[in-house]
Amino acid sequence: MVSQEQTISSQQTAAAVGRRRISLRRRLRESGLALMIHLILIPMAVLFLLPLAWMLSTSLKDASGVFAFPPQWIPDLIRWENYGLAMSVLPFGRFFMNTSIITFTAMFGQLLSCSLVAFAFARLRWSGRHVLFIIVLSTMMLPNQVTLIPTFLLFRQLGWLDTFLPMIVPAFFGGGPFLIFLMRQFFMTLPTELDDAARIDGCNTFGIYWRIILPLAKPVMIAAAIFSFESHWNDFFRPLIYLQSREKFTLSLGLHAFNSDYGRGTDWHLLMAASLVVMLPVILVFFIAQRYFIQGVVFSGVKG
Amino acid sequence: MISDALRRAGFMGTRPRGRLARRENLEGWLFASPWILGFLIFTLGPMVASAALSFAQWDIVTPPKWIGFDNFERLGTDASALHALKVTTVYAVVSVPLQIVLGVILALLLNAKISGLRIYRTIYYLPAVLSGVAVALLWRWIFSKEFGLLNLGLSFLGIEGPGWLTDPDWALWALILMSLWGVGDSMVIYLAGLQGIPTELYEAAEVDGANIIRRFFNITLPLLTPVLFFQLIIGIIRSLQVFVQAFIMTDGGPADATLFYVLYLYRNAFLYFRMGYASLLAWVLFVYVLLLTLLVFRSARFWVYYESEARSR
Repeated sequence: MVSQEQTISSQQTAAAVGRRRISLRRRLRESGLALMIHLILIPMAVLFLLPLAWMLSTSLKDASGVFAFPPQWIPDLIRWENYGLAMSVLPFGRFFMNTSIITFTAMFGQLLSCSLVAFAFARLRWSGRHVLFIIVLSTMMLPNQVTLIPTFLLFRQLGWLDTFLPMIVPAFFGGGPFLIFLMRQFFMTLPTELDDAARIDGCNTFGIYWRIILPLAKPVMIAAAIFSFESHWNDFFRPLIYLQSREKFTLSLGLHAFNSDYGRGTDWHLLMAASLVVMLPVILVFFIAQRYFIQGVVFSGVKG
Repeated sequence: MISDALRRAGFMGTRPRGRLARRENLEGWLFASPWILGFLIFTLGPMVASAALSFAQWDIVTPPKWIGFDNFERLGTDASALHALKVTTVYAVVSVPLQIVLGVILALLLNAKISGLRIYRTIYYLPAVLSGVAVALLWRWIFSKEFGLLNLGLSFLGIEGPGWLTDPDWALWALILMSLWGVGDSMVIYLAGLQGIPTELYEAAEVDGANIIRRFFNITLPLLTPVLFFQLIIGIIRSLQVFVQAFIMTDGGPADATLFYVLYLYRNAFLYFRMGYASLLAWVLFVYVLLLTLLVFRSARFWVYYESEARSR
């Protein structure tokens, strides 16, 4: 027994040595390639991060430091108070609240309505679903501007100008064909036996959606939530045309007002501080939920 | 013909029969009703209205007036509209291919088996999730002639940089350069495409003595063309609708060098209150997007490679 094992292992060793001799050359070549790749990727990564570093650095300087030459990446005197100052020039706290209200309500509406619709397209058999799904896909290609003016006039007629409703209400009506598409693709991958089993157990259709599909679809729901968050948080066009009074402004509008009120481009340190604060929630969400974010992009992009 | 093709593609089934089926049919419509309502109220209705408005003059204050083809005549003589369309087209034609090339190169590099892939992926992808006014302001500062990051960098190389956003010859190029910062979005998609290519193909090619360049052009690139096709269309649609950059950074200037089409449309609607004319402009954009998309679709059979098709041939 023992000797047999030894023979086998010595044979294996011999083979392994042979293999190693080939693979050594190969590995050397591969590590040379890897080194070259790093040598390209590192400088490019620096280039990609530089704008954000520049932003942070500027936001911590005083007015004269901003225009110093040569520039200082880390200022002698770090002025954290720039952030407080920038936030107090305009009621940014209020803008933050407004943006949050719009973003989270719209996000809730989008997740609810899009998942219901995607469920219908992915799991139910009904006449017209194929044609309607093609329409969903085509609306993804429709430039928003085509519907912009009549929609504006509609909301004006309803007396919704200068309220948050134009940003929120469409979200509850399946606004966001991209999310419907994303969710439908994911729902389709779940086995249909689940539905049948649940139905036999006396579950109705809504129960299947709510208790079977939604819990299993957590990854895609998280990805969709992040996309929705990002697009509403950064939205500028709709707040620009629908909101007028300052106390209803979103962060985007606030930044725009800050930019145009306080002399275009002199208070760069304050402007950069304010911009960073506005970006921060998106950056945070990105780092926390990065995995789902990337999965979501990949899923939608390739299966499309 | 069409219904045949649709059925083969799985787009048309037989109509469900029986009581249970009827019930499921009803439930399908019910679950889809949020979108159906939304489509009728916020898409189809406005599309019809916008088509009708194209024949009207309306400043919002006084009632709309039917003016026949006057808006079309105005469009025919509107040099600004044509100029805006040209500027937007140049932006799309230059920035979309650049983004594709850069995105593919990054994806190829990140597809290699090297350490730190996650970190690289995060760094390259981060800018793509940032957008809107804050990003536009950041880049306005980077492009500042005397104190901007870009010209500082160039000065270290002994180059005196231009006034990126103040020189009509450079402003559009500055915005194109800026668009490359967001390339991570498509990079991730190419990366997924690359990972879907079976490794046996590369192994077989290597045995046949194909070098890395031949492997790229004979295996990687053809198998990536469906993804490139998809990204090309998305890129065209997106870049023709650029607005925030021009609105915040250049206000269409200098000398209309960055008068993007949607900015011009916005001005007509909400600055000059020409709602009818702006509606016509929107339709022109729609038709333009549609034409370009169709053109790309038509070209697809010359360069997009589908494995399933090749097999059935």
